[in-house]
Amino acid sequence: MMLRMEGLGYRYGQAAPVLREVSAEVVGPAVIAIVGPNGAGKSTLLDLLAGQKTPWQGTCAVQGKRLDLLRRDELCRLVAHVPQHVPRDVPFTVEEVVLTGRIPYGVGLYESAEDYALMEQALRRTRLEAFRGRRFVSLSGGEQQRVLLAAALCQQAPVLLLDEPSAHLDPENQALLWELFAELKKSGHLVVVVTHHLALAAQNSDRIWLLDRGRLVADGPPGEALEPRRLEEVFHVPFYWHGGDDGRVFLTYGR
Amino acid sequence: MAADLRKQAHWVMALSVIAAAVTAVVCPFVGGSGMDYAKLLRQEAPDWNIFLNLRVPRTLLALLTGAALSGAGAMFQAMLRDALATPSSLGVTAAASLGAVSAIAFYPSDDASFPVVWLAALCGAAAVIVLVSALGQARRFSSFTLLLTGIAINGICTAVILLLHSMAGITRSFQITHWLMGGIDAVEYTVLGWLAVAIVPASVWMLRMARVWNVISYGETWAIGRGVDCRKVTWQGFVVGTVLVGTTTAVTGPIGFVGLIVPHLLRKVVGPDYRVLLPASIFGGGAFLVVCDTISRTVLAPVEVPVGVTTALLGGPFFVWLLWAR
Repeated sequence: MMLRMEGLGYRYGQAAPVLREVSAEVVGPAVIAIVGPNGAGKSTLLDLLAGQKTPWQGTCAVQGKRLDLLRRDELCRLVAHVPQHVPRDVPFTVEEVVLTGRIPYGVGLYESAEDYALMEQALRRTRLEAFRGRRFVSLSGGEQQRVLLAAALCQQAPVLLLDEPSAHLDPENQALLWELFAELKKSGHLVVVVTHHLALAAQNSDRIWLLDRGRLVADGPPGEALEPRRLEEVFHVPFYWHGGDDGRVFLTYGR
Repeated sequence: MAADLRKQAHWVMALSVIAAAVTAVVCPFVGGSGMDYAKLLRQEAPDWNIFLNLRVPRTLLALLTGAALSGAGAMFQAMLRDALATPSSLGVTAAASLGAVSAIAFYPSDDASFPVVWLAALCGAAAVIVLVSALGQARRFSSFTLLLTGIAINGICTAVILLLHSMAGITRSFQITHWLMGGIDAVEYTVLGWLAVAIVPASVWMLRMARVWNVISYGETWAIGRGVDCRKVTWQGFVVGTVLVGTTTAVTGPIGFVGLIVPHLLRKVVGPDYRVLLPASIFGGGAFLVVCDTISRTVLAPVEVPVGVTTALLGGPFFVWLLWAR
């Protein structure tokens, strides 16, 4: 069992829960998109899986290990998280940011040769070799996003949790990103992505977790979970599936 | 690249150690009153006694204090993600000052002896640890909460110091003012030994954590996602910083500017990587304070300029130049 969530819930202090009774299981490598309207609890769910927040109720486990029982470095060897908001003013180079992914493997003063080899691999996979010496702060939002993804890859965790990774990317880089997710799935990773790009999620993910007001209202393949009537109930706009000449299907929306 | 960083770290470390060593060796020979070097070589009184019992311990105290304040300043800037963080930011300096001022104000005899004042200052610094740990038990704290708590402690301690100052008689009031001005004075070698026992292990711990300070400076969310237990590390950093700042403040009184200006100045020169910046700040801070103290006791001799004035007047303009020139 790659990932298991049982009755997961979260609330801020004594306020009403923002996430409740979320349960799901993922047995093997996959690309899963978490979708839902603003405030549905998508980022909160990702934070719980990343150990950034402590669940109010329920548990989650990766590869059979309960996350709440692990030390932080142990957890980060299983789960690599790229949050939605990261300070963009860090004064380090691209290489130095990517190498932060090696921290869970020890905080000796210097990185090992293996750490540098994995950094090179991550830079190659995210097409960042040309940017290696550039200061992180001097990059565009999209480039910074790719650097953070490279750091997560460098972490060598089987589960990658990405919060709106395509938010700052142009269409070409969005397509490349989803291709990378497919590659990562082939190499045995579970990629869980929070996204508002429903059409891209529908085309490229194996499974959709649709959240609404803190509850998991649909869990299944895109064609099943993104059923237009259900989407309209959740997002309050009509959705349409279209068939393309090449057999591909597209999801659009609008009044 | 790994080799480049190692090389740079080793070079910077070597240069800053040399700078600290050179100032520590040269500055005791410099002073406001003339010194008969022939007598010094023959180890004859009074020059030899002045050299051995006044100038050398004073230089060593400046070295240790500068190293502790500058290292703690650099660490706090990473830990609190605040470029303006100083060793005083967490309220330790103010609390130690309150301890010392209380001892001066309430000691039964007119002249509170120095061990009493030092102990009271240490108790003040320790009280901050106890207070913050009690608050930390009650609810989760972040570096931001720690910073705001420090600002509140600073405000409260300063108010009580002013109250005690206004209520003290003339003699005690003068003693309080003198202590609050801070300064490097000659101390016994045993005091230096105790200071070194506190400062050296704390500095080694800070250096060993350099990679963690790097990732913490990205913000807590990113650091937590890279396996850093931010709450634990912030707490450890707070305690170690308190040890560094509390012990030195107890002996020298509050000395401003070193913990802010030296790390920033060196960051401009050696870059933001704490594996290079921290050793540079520790040894560079020591060298900087030794030079400032030497200037303080010589430039207007026989009058001594408070060392905090010299650090600000010497470092400030150079820092502004460096900031705008790049």
